[in-house]
Amino acid sequence: MPKDDGIGAATVRREDVRFLTGRGRYSDDIKAYGECAAVFARSNVANGTIKSINTDVAATMPGVLAIFTGEDFVEVGGNPAGWLINSRDGEPMKEPKRPVLAHGKVRHVGDAYAAVIAETAAQGRDAVEALEVEIEEHAAVINMKDALAGTNYVHDEIGTNQCFDWGWIEDNRAATDAAIKGAHHVTTLELVNNRLVPNAIEPRCSIGDYNPGTGDYTLQTTSQNPHMTRLLISAFVLGIPENKLTVIAPDVGGGFGSKIYHYGEEALVLAAAKKLGRTVKWTSDRSEAFLTDAHGRDHVTKIELALDDKGNFLAFRTETLANVGAYLSNFSTVTPTFLHGTLMAGNYTVPLVYVNMKTVFTNTAPVDAYRGAGRPEATFSLERVIDMAAREIGRDPIELRRQNFIKPDQYPFASAAGLEYDSGNYDALMDQMEKVSDKTGFAARRAESEAKGLLRGFGVNAYVEACGIAPSNLVGILGARVGLYDAATVRVNATGNLSVMVGAHSHGQGHETVFPQIVADMLGIDAASIDIVHGDTSKIPFGMGTYGSRSLAVCGSAVVRATEKIIAKAIKIAAHMLEAEASDVDFSDGTFSVKGTNKSVSFGEVALKAYIPHDYPIDMIEPGLEETAFYDPANFTYPSGAYCCEVEVDPETGKVRVDRMTAVDDFGNVINPMIVTGQVHGGLGQGIGQALVEQTTYDDDGQLLSASYMDYAMPRADDLPFYVVDHSQSTICTHNPLGAKGCGEAGAIGSPPTVVNAVIDAMQSGGKNITHIDMPMTPHRVWTAMNNAQ
Amino acid sequence: MMTTVTMTVNGKSVSETVEGRTLLSTLLRDDLRLTGTHIGCDTSQCGACVVHVNGKAVKSCTMFAIEAQGAEVSTIEGQANADGSLNVIQQAFQDHHGLQCGFCTPGMVMTTASLLKENPKPTEAEVRTYLEGNICRCTGYHNIVKAIMAASGQDVSSIAAEQLIS
Amino acid sequence: MYAFDIERPTSVADAVAALKDQDAQALGGGQTLIPTLKQRLAAPSKLVSLTNIADLQGIANDGDTLRIGGAVTHATVAAEVRLTYPALADLASHIGDPAVRNRGTISGSLANNDPSACYPAVALASGATIITNTRAIAADDYFQGMFTTALDDGEIVTAVSMPIPEKANYQKFVQPASRFALVGVFVAKFAGGVRVAVTGASNEGVHRWAEAEAALTADFSAVAIAGLTVSADNLIADLHGSPEYRAHLVKVMTGRAVAAAS
Repeated sequence: MPKDDGIGAATVRREDVRFLTGRGRYSDDIKAYGECAAVFARSNVANGTIKSINTDVAATMPGVLAIFTGEDFVEVGGNPAGWLINSRDGEPMKEPKRPVLAHGKVRHVGDAYAAVIAETAAQGRDAVEALEVEIEEHAAVINMKDALAGTNYVHDEIGTNQCFDWGWIEDNRAATDAAIKGAHHVTTLELVNNRLVPNAIEPRCSIGDYNPGTGDYTLQTTSQNPHMTRLLISAFVLGIPENKLTVIAPDVGGGFGSKIYHYGEEALVLAAAKKLGRTVKWTSDRSEAFLTDAHGRDHVTKIELALDDKGNFLAFRTETLANVGAYLSNFSTVTPTFLHGTLMAGNYTVPLVYVNMKTVFTNTAPVDAYRGAGRPEATFSLERVIDMAAREIGRDPIELRRQNFIKPDQYPFASAAGLEYDSGNYDALMDQMEKVSDKTGFAARRAESEAKGLLRGFGVNAYVEACGIAPSNLVGILGARVGLYDAATVRVNATGNLSVMVGAHSHGQGHETVFPQIVADMLGIDAASIDIVHGDTSKIPFGMGTYGSRSLAVCGSAVVRATEKIIAKAIKIAAHMLEAEASDVDFSDGTFSVKGTNKSVSFGEVALKAYIPHDYPIDMIEPGLEETAFYDPANFTYPSGAYCCEVEVDPETGKVRVDRMTAVDDFGNVINPMIVTGQVHGGLGQGIGQALVEQTTYDDDGQLLSASYMDYAMPRADDLPFYVVDHSQSTICTHNPLGAKGCGEAGAIGSPPTVVNAVIDAMQSGGKNITHIDMPMTPHRVWTAMNNAQ
Repeated sequence: MMTTVTMTVNGKSVSETVEGRTLLSTLLRDDLRLTGTHIGCDTSQCGACVVHVNGKAVKSCTMFAIEAQGAEVSTIEGQANADGSLNVIQQAFQDHHGLQCGFCTPGMVMTTASLLKENPKPTEAEVRTYLEGNICRCTGYHNIVKAIMAASGQDVSSIAAEQLIS
Repeated sequence: MYAFDIERPTSVADAVAALKDQDAQALGGGQTLIPTLKQRLAAPSKLVSLTNIADLQGIANDGDTLRIGGAVTHATVAAEVRLTYPALADLASHIGDPAVRNRGTISGSLANNDPSACYPAVALASGATIITNTRAIAADDYFQGMFTTALDDGEIVTAVSMPIPEKANYQKFVQPASRFALVGVFVAKFAGGVRVAVTGASNEGVHRWAEAEAALTADFSAVAIAGLTVSADNLIADLHGSPEYRAHLVKVMTGRAVAAAS
């Protein structure tokens, strides 16, 4: 090992064949006999009271089958937040109900208050336009500071726009304040972590079906975690018994967080299917996606870094307002808190961290976890203020970071923000970054840029993040309302090939290729004989799905545990076949053999025996060869990295171009380096997008100005360079059986501060005393900053 | 008013009855069940719907089916070799991990075919420029650009990254 | 989209006749119109396709002037005028993206007169004549403000007559999302003087920059405009740029166009 397709092999992806030939099966590709269409009536005002909805005319329009309004869902539950956060004073967070359809009030542009079910989507749309609706518009609550100061509430019944006021670590607050007060130097930075629209290229789509003969519901939907969606619908929203609801997430065209959550459209198509006895489909268009997919980020932060006279970090303190939008999406309360505050010690031995996080309701789309989810915001704040501090005290930004790095002999390391990092080597990452980025050639490249009239800047970043969420007992103490294990069932078929059912869901991550690599490696068989089954609650064990870079570390570990059980049982069967004691049977490379003899049986022979147990120790072992394991991680995993980039800035126009981008990451043990590299590339693309072009803007009335690709800039191929990606400096995760950490979000975490630091460096090189520019650093913003600095 | 349109799709003659407003993408997906052509936006920008009409790349979500009367249309489903194996472009995308979720991929492959017909040995910059109407959210484009250059027969071994992985 | 019929006439006369119906609308390549229809922002009863009319195709060159058929696509312009009018070819080759360029037509762009479109800039800077089924309209008279032209209802742009300058260049500073021009400046130098057309910048749509034209007619160099200032009055303010930024870009792009003109 690694074999051609075992652990460590850059095996090409088997799922590619169907995608490359147009044979993928995404939700909207599914067409059921007799299906009809759901079309939503959505608010065009951000804040309004629904005075009346008259459906009389619409109901008589051609093709219209049924019309639903919020009134139809008053008796059912709301879509809940998955995590209870308590404020500093012990008060639980405010949890206004999030109904299937808005009732009483609409709270953001795009908030659905009615749905028409019609034979075709065009007919449904005609009928939506024929609804007679009176909505009394109110002033919109958009700006977070105004929201907290005012008495215009997004949810009148809670009497505040603050969801919670959280402190971390509250017991360290006074000590942190004191450290900052008495410090030799304090660097203060106010910054915005810009709101992003996830923009999976496949829009959401949900198809509800109901069989009146059995009472069974089926929901096919664009989900990253079908079991969680089922649990939310069953236990909280519609009350459909879990055993009567199958949720299927077929091929899903990207998620990036936005498809973790349960959305009202999913409940609506199920309710409509029940009412009509028809299959009901809703497919979002891009405009709806902009208005209703959960957005990401949207923090306004003040961060302070206290240093002593030698440059040692003494404390980080932040005050942040985080936007949760109009309703609490499922992960919206954990993302700015435990996925953010706990990372605020970064890669550093800093002894004190205090994070104050106020979350704010506004009349905007819900905000939730988006690729990185809290950690990009933490890394951005830390790595920007460190860069600024280095400049203020005249230190090299890399050396200042190195001085404060946790050193390799300090692991396990209890960070000042409450996590126990199991492994890492940040200096080695930085060394490698300096080497592979050709940092020494920067001066020459800067001279070349300047000869062209361009400014060139070099930016650096170090990050550590927490993946593989998470130990259930720990998250339970912290407020999680679910466990966060994952599960796998390994089924050895009678003829020796395997079906592996996993709780994780693949929507680009390559699970169908990677999980077989693990099992093939362990069993010594051809990976091509192993198939992965995922995304269908009627087929897979109860796993928690894919987000937070957890699939390999958590579900992959479940695959390992289930495969270990298979081996243990197979050894017993082989021992019987070989007429030996199990303790004398060795298993390697797909063959069971008796120690010290040439007696052996193959894995395939054992599998056949398990299913045709004519001569079988039936009193000691059950027939069959199928095992399930649930894996609950002992800790988060802690990927880390050192990134750098070089930008060129056109001082006449303010246009920034990323010329070179280097990512050196420690992901622990890498199963498929090709796929891991691809994950980093994708994260870098999104991170550079956040840094330079992606801008989500609501006007004061709550209209989303960047509501299509005409105004929301998606990074294109010509906006981005080739990247240098390196995973050579790994330290192994110490607590999961694969030694793997998690790679899905790293690029999006590490790159934004790197790019901003580089632009600031370019500004300084051009003689501009500019210390910060908020993201996205559009040409207009950069030009304005340069202009104002003149 | 319903109109019958006749065209050749992936070498087969097809005839369908459509409305004026029926888009070519709708005819392909809903009537012919060729669902490899995807819809990712409504402003003609994402490129997931790119097909070829009379040999030229077009956005099938921004062309009426009636306008394809008599045309030769080819879609992602018609790109593989006659024996069903991946063609050179498709194979390069697989070999170089030029796709992740796969949703933008059909458009990427069709756009690449168009590029390489016009410019058999494009530079990196030419590839990136040509892709400006195709949005991918997964790959950061690195491996797409690399796959396209590989599909054009160029040596991509010197492109950053992979050789640095130990 | 609302329901409508599509006619595909094969002659200009038939197209003009078809457009006499109430709420009938011409359909060029549809690259702007179809997204508009998808949003239900227009409700034509009938679309009259201009892409099946042989007389609207083809590019003719009489040495001084190009005559471009109204239904010629951007891709065809980009390919066919590369030697005769390279700045026009370059402009056409950067509209939209390759697939859009294979459908979008010059008459569609000129009839729509989007304030950020590229073709209005070259037409105005070149002193083009917009030829319709009934008349010939000088570009200076044709563009009448954002999304507004001299065209009457039912009037079809059948061709564009584009004088070829001695030197020309188009500089487009793209709006990062739409890839339309945040500011685009087309500079065309003729024996009789220089014309400068600006797109993307003004609430009035494409327009000429008279001061720059005078300065460049006297001295065709980037230095010649160094002392000029562009007023931000009535320039577009949006997410992507303030009026002041656009004013600044107009001057920068003009200077670059002059420097690059060939």
